[in-house]
Amino acid sequence: MAAIYSLFIISKSGGLIFYKDYGSAGRMDTNDSLRLASLWHSMHAISQQLSPTVGCTGIELLQADSFDLHCFQSLTGTKFFVVCEPGTQHMESLLKVIYELYTDYVLKNPFYEMEMPIRCELFDLNLSQAIQKDRVALLGR
Amino acid sequence: MQFFGGSAAAEASPAPAAPPGTATGLAGNNANVLYVFNRNGVCLLYREWHRPLRTLDAAQDHKLMFGLLFSLRSFTAKMDPTSVEKGNLGVPLLPGQGCSFHSFRTNTYKLSFMESPSGIKLILVTHPKTSDLREALRYIYNLYVEYVVKNPLYVPGTPIKSELFNTNLDQYVKTLI
Repeated sequence: MAAIYSLFIISKSGGLIFYKDYGSAGRMDTNDSLRLASLWHSMHAISQQLSPTVGCTGIELLQADSFDLHCFQSLTGTKFFVVCEPGTQHMESLLKVIYELYTDYVLKNPFYEMEMPIRCELFDLNLSQAIQKDRVALLGR
Repeated sequence: MQFFGGSAAAEASPAPAAPPGTATGLAGNNANVLYVFNRNGVCLLYREWHRPLRTLDAAQDHKLMFGLLFSLRSFTAKMDPTSVEKGNLGVPLLPGQGCSFHSFRTNTYKLSFMESPSGIKLILVTHPKTSDLREALRYIYNLYVEYVVKNPLYVPGTPIKSELFNTNLDQYVKTLI
């Protein structure tokens, strides 16, 4: 069963607002995860500039030697990306589910301030359930 | 990381015969642009077949592309979830050092990337639905070795102006699916 290594959520201005590691080797420290997030934000923007045709919305899938990175950008510019084993299926639907959880448990939380790091217990809880669910491949709908 | 398996490199040799699918008439029109950079970031070759949108002038475009690849390389090397020792983000990487990437896809294009042990970077931009192009890039690299590197008049590090290379490249790229 293919595994998910980590999940990042980046705000529309490029700041990391959520990062969770699901067991990659050599845990990243906070500074590195922040840097990677802002690096991804800018590369996502540059990839739109380099498009040979009109209407490019940025990188959706990056295939590296040892992982795949699936990225989903919401209409408001918030980016969600998961790092997973090469060839993992159903990542697009998982990202949609995570986006739904984000809108329900983060955006509708009256104590949440936009662009700030996400600290919502319910979001964490439902997120770990969604990821667990995916581990047993229930997302293949 | 292993660059080329010996047998695969031999198979991909452009030497005598034309690649399968050449001149069959069912040519695809998949490839958009090809870039070749050397290790210093000099654009040795820029060839475009289909590019309706141009946002920047040529020199800026090449710089931006090289910069994107450079950053993506350090990004993937740092992100690599399978290795413990990853070094610092942003430190220049030698060819083959750290975790690299072979392609990324957006909604309008797919970019395939290959770096040779000598630091030659091949970048092929195609339609987003194109299949895995690692073999194709290796074939193009072999074309480069045959028609450019083995050309005694070619000065390394200068733009490629080989007619023979261009025709063979055009012919091969038409066969990509």
